[in-house]
Amino acid sequence: MMWAGRTKETVFFKRRFWRQFKKQKPALICLSFILLLGIATTFSAYLTGYQPDVQGNLVTERYQKPSLQHYFGTDKFGRDLFSRVLYGGRISLTIALSVVLLALSIGLMYGMIAGYYGGIVDAVMMRFLDFWLAFPAIFLIMTVVALFRPNPFILIVLLSVTSWMETARLVRAEVLSLKSREFVLAAKGLGISDMQVLLKHILPNSLNPIFVSAPLKVGEMILLESALSFLGIGVQPPMASWGSIINDGRDVLLQAWWVAAIPGLFIVLTVLSFNLIGEGLRESMGIRK
Amino acid sequence: MIGYIGKRIFWSLVIVLGILTLTFIIIHLAPGDPASIYIRPEIDAKTVATIRRQMGLEKPLLQQYIIWLKEFTTGNFGISFSHKRAVSSVIGEATWNTLQLTVIVFVFQLIVGVCLGMYAAIRHNTRSDQSINSLLLFFYSLPGFWLALMLISLFSLKLGWLPSGQMKSIILTGGIVQQVFDRIKHLILPAFILSLPFIAITTRFVRGSLLDVLGQDYIRTARAYGLPRNKILFLYALKNALLPLVTLLGLYLPFLLGGSVIIENVFAWPGMGRVTVNAIFAHDFPLILATNFIAALTIVIGNLISDILYFYVDPRIRMGGIG
Repeated sequence: MMWAGRTKETVFFKRRFWRQFKKQKPALICLSFILLLGIATTFSAYLTGYQPDVQGNLVTERYQKPSLQHYFGTDKFGRDLFSRVLYGGRISLTIALSVVLLALSIGLMYGMIAGYYGGIVDAVMMRFLDFWLAFPAIFLIMTVVALFRPNPFILIVLLSVTSWMETARLVRAEVLSLKSREFVLAAKGLGISDMQVLLKHILPNSLNPIFVSAPLKVGEMILLESALSFLGIGVQPPMASWGSIINDGRDVLLQAWWVAAIPGLFIVLTVLSFNLIGEGLRESMGIRK
Repeated sequence: MIGYIGKRIFWSLVIVLGILTLTFIIIHLAPGDPASIYIRPEIDAKTVATIRRQMGLEKPLLQQYIIWLKEFTTGNFGISFSHKRAVSSVIGEATWNTLQLTVIVFVFQLIVGVCLGMYAAIRHNTRSDQSINSLLLFFYSLPGFWLALMLISLFSLKLGWLPSGQMKSIILTGGIVQQVFDRIKHLILPAFILSLPFIAITTRFVRGSLLDVLGQDYIRTARAYGLPRNKILFLYALKNALLPLVTLLGLYLPFLLGGSVIIENVFAWPGMGRVTVNAIFAHDFPLILATNFIAALTIVIGNLISDILYFYVDPRIRMGGIG
């Protein structure tokens, strides 16, 4: 990255930060879990001999208990749950990560522009942000999904446009305090254009709050997406996500507990990991709770 | 004072109008004709035209919008396709049911959150503080709908202690005491699950806020005077630490509504969330619009109330003239 060498402020490139982060044991364990999960879901085809969407023998292979053959058992169509959970995890993680990437980018740009230009631009932009904040996100998502057939792409867009506001506020506050710092004033005084000042001096310095909030946001998005898919207004069959697999097991909680329980455990572990990583980042940056 | 509140109310109205407009646009952007619900292949073209005229669909969009807005703001939300009765009566019942659930959740999480937060602040940086923190993180990471299913299978299906859904038993005998007891039994699981993430937020907030206050000069002075610890804590520190909590009220509402959408569906609780999701599957547009409106209104009013309350409780804002 071209600005990497110029900045002294982005915590991500500081050795002290990484030294601190290495001391955060829970966060490191969680990070390795997430990486492992990411690899397992990406290469799930090589980990199991079963396909997530191929039905088994409907007479003999329905609702089989977890065994050596089917690690997580089978569902009502005799599909192997282990391969389904990995496949569903890939969808859930992809959606959550894309949403966070998109939401953070929107929030970053929005906050930078509002904070840097200030005045009327800032006032108008913040009013618009308030408007979005008051919008009942889940109701908006449900309305749109009711009208258009939901697919992962629409989901990503919807979840992103309803979750960038917090980041924008954080970045704006950061930019407001950066704006009057000497190095920015000096850059302006040297006649560097607004665009250059924003990109080369403000941007790298306002990234810190984003690093902390990113993992927390991923966790939030996994929860939201899985809840929507569970309700039947998220990821649609034949595609699967953790939420929709739990929905498959909803009516057989006693007969086949594994169908609902196992993907849920994956959600808990994943979200908990992301939250602990966020906690670790915050500790290493020396931000008080 | 009047200026501040007036400004806030004005902005709230603008926001509500904006939300209404946006939902209207979204619904009219959608592919397909709202009249198609009533139209079957065997109906002749003339009847179709009549239906469309009755629904006001042949008028220009702007005119449709103005008519709709006028009706909507006077409380006429139209007729629900799926319930076959006035949207306002469907919504009225559902709102009341959701209100019962959310008010209990709100009170419960407030009590638990404040107590836990106080305890964590008093014991800060000890092992109990850390374990509370980990517990909260865990609460915050639980998918409510999944936890609901797991608790239903344990307490309802296996042990048979608690009902697995609905607001009340279908066959209900006995007097008012039994009825109240029955209602409470139906409330326990959904209310408990819905309150977990809020307990986490409130506890963290109270902990941080109390620690802030405890670090201030006037507390140190009180301590130097030799006042008893408990007196300092409950008489001087707690009051100031809990005041900012009122601002959280407004922030909770959207999450509370969103959470109840999911929990109501798991527990077949006949509230707003369940009505909305069913309306979506039935493509019941008047009902969807109305629930959106109610949700937006609730959030805006919640924000307004917490702004005004904050104005009252914090003299710094009152004197400083923010807003």
